[in-house]
Amino acid sequence: MTSQSIAETVVPALGEVPIFVVGERVRTGTRFPVGHYRLPTYLRGKLGVVERVIPTMAVDNEEEGYGRNAGSKGHYYRIAIPMSEIWTDYKGQASDGLRIEVFENWLERI
Amino acid sequence: MHSEDHNQDHDHPHDHGREHDHPHEEISITEAPGYYDVMETAVRELLVERKLFGPDEIRRQIEVLDSRTPALGAKVVARAWVDGDFRKRLLEDGRKGCEELGITFYDDTQLIVLENTPDTHNLIVCTLCSCYPRPVLGLPPDWYKLKPYRSRAVYEPRAVLEEFGTHIPNDVEIVVSDSTALVRYLVLPMRPAGTENLTEEELASLVTRDAMIGVVPVNYQKRAA
Repeated sequence: MTSQSIAETVVPALGEVPIFVVGERVRTGTRFPVGHYRLPTYLRGKLGVVERVIPTMAVDNEEEGYGRNAGSKGHYYRIAIPMSEIWTDYKGQASDGLRIEVFENWLERI
Repeated sequence: MHSEDHNQDHDHPHDHGREHDHPHEEISITEAPGYYDVMETAVRELLVERKLFGPDEIRRQIEVLDSRTPALGAKVVARAWVDGDFRKRLLEDGRKGCEELGITFYDDTQLIVLENTPDTHNLIVCTLCSCYPRPVLGLPPDWYKLKPYRSRAVYEPRAVLEEFGTHIPNDVEIVVSDSTALVRYLVLPMRPAGTENLTEEELASLVTRDAMIGVVPVNYQKRAA
């Protein structure tokens, strides 16, 4: 059996397959809950592109921090956001950009 | 600390360059512990009391942290410069690449190694706190943890870099990576020109902590013959 055909016989668990793919356009969440959240407020509601899927699944450290997670895991994505999308008065080159790893529940498909 | 000038071991005779007859300040903590000191002690004692971990585990973890210094990151960079296959694996999975060299990750973080090229300059920051690739670099410098760097690195990175003496030409893209969750970053700086004949060890000695954060390039000046 080739690795391709092996993969075809394996049924992934719910949530095991990343929701987003590289190159997909996304928007970060615009909610503002009170507490310890890992998406900085300056990056809420911004348009970006998925640059990389972090292969190792990890706990939602926000829920984990409040003891509510019960060990469930999800994917983080490395998101590319242009500086000009974040700062209207950005002084630099148009190509300058920011990268940040965002947990799946902070990303919306557009 | 009140004893910066007197932190040597005074059990042996030595020369201060003058007559040594002044009284010594005792090396001790004289200030009352602050709010967070008290809280840390209280939480630690509770955790130990409830047997969630023991005092030896705390001591051991401090030893683990103390064993991590920028010299480890420099070895990773030098290896990547001399070994193209290693470089490829390191860029694919930074943590596995470091683990190949025996650098363990004790804290469940992932590592992305960001390669500087003639077209792209990488800079790392943690706007929320002080996330830093501690397994490979040790403790972060104070400026990395303070608000001016944390807020300005993502807003005016070119101005911040200029203050470090680093001029990035306009046709070079600046990529700022904000580490906030489980991923840490290490910058793989460009190998400086003129280093073709250096050994891996000599190359590692050129690589500084700041170059692996991305605030300066790695420089090489040939010693005069």
